[in-house]
Amino acid sequence: MAKAMLMDVTRCIGCRACQIACKQWHDLPEVHTTNLGTYENPPDLSADTWTRIEFRELDDHGTLKWLFSKHQCMHCTDAACVKVCPTGALKRDPYFGFVTYERDKCSGCGYCIEFCPFHIPRKDEHANKLLGTGLMGGKCDFCFDRVSNGLEPACAKACPTGAIKFGERDDLIREGRQRVMTLKKDYPDANLYGEQELGGLHMLYVFAERPSVYDFPENPEMPAAAISLPIEKWTGVGLGLLAGAGMLTASVVARARMIQEEKENVKEQE
Amino acid sequence: MELTRRDFLKLSGGGVVGAAFLGMFNPDSLLEAVPIDIPLRKEKIGEKTTICPYCAVGCSLIVASVDGKAVNIEGDPDHPINEGSLCSKGSALIQVVNNTRRLSKVLYRAPGAYEWQEKSWDWAIERIARNIKKMRDENWIHKDGNGRVVNRTEAIANDGSAAVNNEEAYLITKLCRTMGMTYIEHCARLCHSSTVGALGSSFGRGAMTNHWIDLKNSDCIMIIGSNAAENHPLSFKWITKAMEKEAKLISVDPRFTRTSSKADIYAKMRSGTDVAFIGGMIKYVIEDIERHSANYNMTYIKEYTNATLLIDPNFRGPADLDGLFSGYNANKRSYDRSTWVYQLDGKGIPKRDLSLKDSNCVFQILKKHFSRYDVDTVCSITGTPKDVYLKVSKTYAMTGRADKAGTILYAMGATQHTNAVQMIRSYAILQLLLGNIGVAGGGINAARGQSNVQGSTDHAILYHILPGYLKTPSPEDVDLKTYLKNHTPMSNDPLSANWWQNYKKYIVSLLKAWYGNAAVAPDFAYEYLAKVEGNHSHIAITEAIHKGIIRGLLSWGHNTAVSGPNGNMERADLAKLDWLVVPELWESETAAFWKRPGVDPGQIKTEVFLLPAKASLEKEGSITNSGRWSQWRYECCQAPGMAQTDLWILTKLAKKLKDLYAQEGGAYPDPILNLTWEYGDGPDVHKVAKEINGYDLTTGKLLPSFTKLKDDGTTSSGNWLYCGSYTETGNMAARRDLTPDKFNTGLYPGWAWCWPVNRRILYNRASVELDGKPWNSTTPVVVWNPWRSVWEGDVPDGGWPPMSQKGTRLPFIMTSEGRGHLFAPGEALKDGPIPEHYEPWESPVKNLMSGTQNDPVVTIWESDMDFTGSPDKYPIVCTTFRVSEHWQAGQMSRNLPWLVELMPEMFVEIGEELAHEKGIGYGQKVIVESARGEIEAVAMVTKRFSPFAIDGRKVHEIGMPWHWGYMGLSTGDSANLLTANIGDANTTIPEYKAFLCNVRAK
Repeated sequence: MAKAMLMDVTRCIGCRACQIACKQWHDLPEVHTTNLGTYENPPDLSADTWTRIEFRELDDHGTLKWLFSKHQCMHCTDAACVKVCPTGALKRDPYFGFVTYERDKCSGCGYCIEFCPFHIPRKDEHANKLLGTGLMGGKCDFCFDRVSNGLEPACAKACPTGAIKFGERDDLIREGRQRVMTLKKDYPDANLYGEQELGGLHMLYVFAERPSVYDFPENPEMPAAAISLPIEKWTGVGLGLLAGAGMLTASVVARARMIQEEKENVKEQE
Repeated sequence: MELTRRDFLKLSGGGVVGAAFLGMFNPDSLLEAVPIDIPLRKEKIGEKTTICPYCAVGCSLIVASVDGKAVNIEGDPDHPINEGSLCSKGSALIQVVNNTRRLSKVLYRAPGAYEWQEKSWDWAIERIARNIKKMRDENWIHKDGNGRVVNRTEAIANDGSAAVNNEEAYLITKLCRTMGMTYIEHCARLCHSSTVGALGSSFGRGAMTNHWIDLKNSDCIMIIGSNAAENHPLSFKWITKAMEKEAKLISVDPRFTRTSSKADIYAKMRSGTDVAFIGGMIKYVIEDIERHSANYNMTYIKEYTNATLLIDPNFRGPADLDGLFSGYNANKRSYDRSTWVYQLDGKGIPKRDLSLKDSNCVFQILKKHFSRYDVDTVCSITGTPKDVYLKVSKTYAMTGRADKAGTILYAMGATQHTNAVQMIRSYAILQLLLGNIGVAGGGINAARGQSNVQGSTDHAILYHILPGYLKTPSPEDVDLKTYLKNHTPMSNDPLSANWWQNYKKYIVSLLKAWYGNAAVAPDFAYEYLAKVEGNHSHIAITEAIHKGIIRGLLSWGHNTAVSGPNGNMERADLAKLDWLVVPELWESETAAFWKRPGVDPGQIKTEVFLLPAKASLEKEGSITNSGRWSQWRYECCQAPGMAQTDLWILTKLAKKLKDLYAQEGGAYPDPILNLTWEYGDGPDVHKVAKEINGYDLTTGKLLPSFTKLKDDGTTSSGNWLYCGSYTETGNMAARRDLTPDKFNTGLYPGWAWCWPVNRRILYNRASVELDGKPWNSTTPVVVWNPWRSVWEGDVPDGGWPPMSQKGTRLPFIMTSEGRGHLFAPGEALKDGPIPEHYEPWESPVKNLMSGTQNDPVVTIWESDMDFTGSPDKYPIVCTTFRVSEHWQAGQMSRNLPWLVELMPEMFVEIGEELAHEKGIGYGQKVIVESARGEIEAVAMVTKRFSPFAIDGRKVHEIGMPWHWGYMGLSTGDSANLLTANIGDANTTIPEYKAFLCNVRAK
């Protein structure tokens, strides 16, 4: 049965136990940060930060709101990253439904970074500079080792208030719908996010406000360009039969893209 | 060839070879095997348990270690409070033990030296013991100026700690008292001393009345002076559960916090105006009681509180005396409290008026007093919008119904003011009027901060008490008989249990525990105890160091160079010491004060001993959480290098001192020579725990309860409150029985152990009608079973039958007349029997309530380093706070890379309007200045602070965390360089939470 996590933003106290629990379980190092005038830190997801609470102050017609929302891989059913990944480094787990990533398979093409409708994958600045392999630094792995062994993901376990819940996706959808109905009384825009989006997300949300208020796309879609990329075909044939050559090709393609990007960046700066 | 996911992980990031190799496989074929084959990243999840060293919620963690090194730490899923969850600090705990910044060697800094030197334990213990002995012998006071035997030394002070285990706290007290020291303090003075003063004088005991899980039973939770979501995050597990059952959450705070973000109602309130805020609510409730008494629990008010009792007709209050109570002496800045007493009948029992009409009855006195706290005046003082204020009053007053429960959760926002005790007293009055004390989901929940600050307070690392809240003797208490006469309360009322009538049993058993065979009748070695005169609290220690009275300091991990008020003075004064001993996990600001920025170590003559201590999860022992649960910790992993437990350090020191006095003699060696200290060389923490519990000395058996203690020297108990914690059935604190209580309200009576006598909710006999039926049948705490004539549920607070039966006793067994104190009679409090609003010591406005600006009995300290700021120069109110990601004075979080990542720098929160006025931008560096000093911080410009409308004018407030200092992985300026040496009238807790400042862009 598909598993999922449900984040109820109305229960989140912004304590960020989830961020640390994730780092503790995955042995992820700290990021050197500065205070940018907000509680939020690190300032972005990265190879060393797979989940992050965003803080937003909102003046809603004279009522002050301080919103906390958790951001990480959404584990889409129709995952653009899986679709565009030429090497199978990103895959959809058929047992639990979430998207796994094996960094040693990453050829460094950067398509996942480009096409993710939620802008989650991040380039690792320390990745292999020569070939660009392992370019995508890492992302929420849904604690697949814990889940496979009957444990909750580290973030869900740590969460003090039950704002992050782990369980059967169907159960969480029922619970989320129920919660939204309760919230509607005080929050007319309350909604359950992720039930249908991109074939169904495995990171579900109960939002009190519109998704865009928390910087989530209102209607996330598979990018058209991702659909038109012929990657699936040539990964199956090209890579499967000529693995070494295929990887090399992918790496060269990726490297060329990176160089091109850097050139463009330079141009922009100029 | 088979490859598992584990191999993938090992190869992760391994480069192109591995990647190309794996690329040959059809991914889907591998995935089929996933659910079976995936091993965990960590070899183990956790095999031993420990209790979190951060706040006092008392969460349990499971720790996995391999060859003594921790490899994984996460929440203990079986623990009834945290149920596996943790906050960010608890989640980062592994970085406390696996951290290269931890101290692993004994370090010594010679006078004038620029560097630490490494030393052996033997060398350090010998030298410290000799320093203590020399200082003590040269400064021994046998008799005071009036010829009274006082047996004390004032030259050595002890500071700390609330971070040590109960057994260690107990031994700190035992050793320091035996040395004749009088300046014995720890951080409880700085965080919750006012709680003990206020709750003790209101209900009889100075502790959180209920417990964390019980928050789920509440109908309305008012969080005032606390930011529970940030500083006690796990409390929100239970608050959230209450809210799911339609409970209302009210957040009262100067600043919109993470707690406020979850509240149904947020009410802003200027710092230091709690008495006005609550006073207006009390007025609302009293008037509502008179109009709609059916909405209130009149039986509770009349029978369980002192509302009906008559007060001396000569008593006058602030309504008559412009803010003062009767008996004020302006020259002495103190009150003659002889009119603050009950009228007694011929039998010596307080007179009552059951109609509540007599103008001298407490109810009428309250009514008259609080009639001045009308909404307009209150909101002019607090700056709360009127509509919000009325909504708060109305919502909370709804818990006055007999079957409803409201709770007040507070912390430092209330406790750290010049009239802090009275602020908390105002909560107590409101709760008593609403019948909320003793019931499930009710109570006053004083959110304790440090993991064991409840235990270290119970074990009395405080100058004014001995373990179990017995009084420190004063010079007037010339012998045991006089001491008992002066401190054993009397009651002639047959309805009053007057539990403190057992006082002698407790002090004699304590003396037997400490001095064994030397404690014989009639005085049981009472003369060994130092007789203390005057105020020896934290601020007094700083001032006494400043004057050169104190010249040696033992500082057990209490980082006062960051946490003490008037930080520049605290730091400068450390240089006046001859020697300083700091057992610590880290090189703290206090330990390294001699090399702080801007000073020349060569000019500082203080000898400093920095002793590496073991962390909480590297040692065994019990700690007591805020809900009074004593829970056992196990040794889960190895400590770095030479680090030792505080228990070991104390034992080495005590043994060395005993040897030195035995071999060389010295000033009054008797207490030291006769001090019992038989815990083995280990030392064995269980032996200490058993001594605290106490023995029947005739049989040698551990006692089951303090009801078995005797006053004839045939029993011992190091702390009567903990009698029952380690019995012949075993170590009660280590129990892990999750069987729910009879009524399933979350008591978990078989989990750990709770003082007193495993009673989970204090004053619980007030939760029932006069015949013993619960006011609220859905969440009863205790219920009288008339067929079996027993109480069922929680351990009843006094086992007597219900009030309707013969032989009963009133439910507040620790007050002398048995009732909850709406009016705190007699000598209980120094500044008034009922709370009156006064402005903070530094305030931008005049007191709108009376002509008395400040609490009229606060001690004013006037050294050359005490300064007061005026509003013309410092027009902005400033407050200090903590954040979820850091811990107190910072060493336990600013050295942890993950927590530094979350909160990397010192900052100050400034409202958008003030920032605009001052030209301060987001994230810009600013200078904040007070009369005591100035600091630099990053400006966090926010909507969450907005100006207050006070008496028709605009008053700005800013706030900043106080976690930073000059040592550690993350360093920054300390907020306490700005705060003042001015404290509460009753307990001298510093007024950290309201002072004046100015701010400018850097």
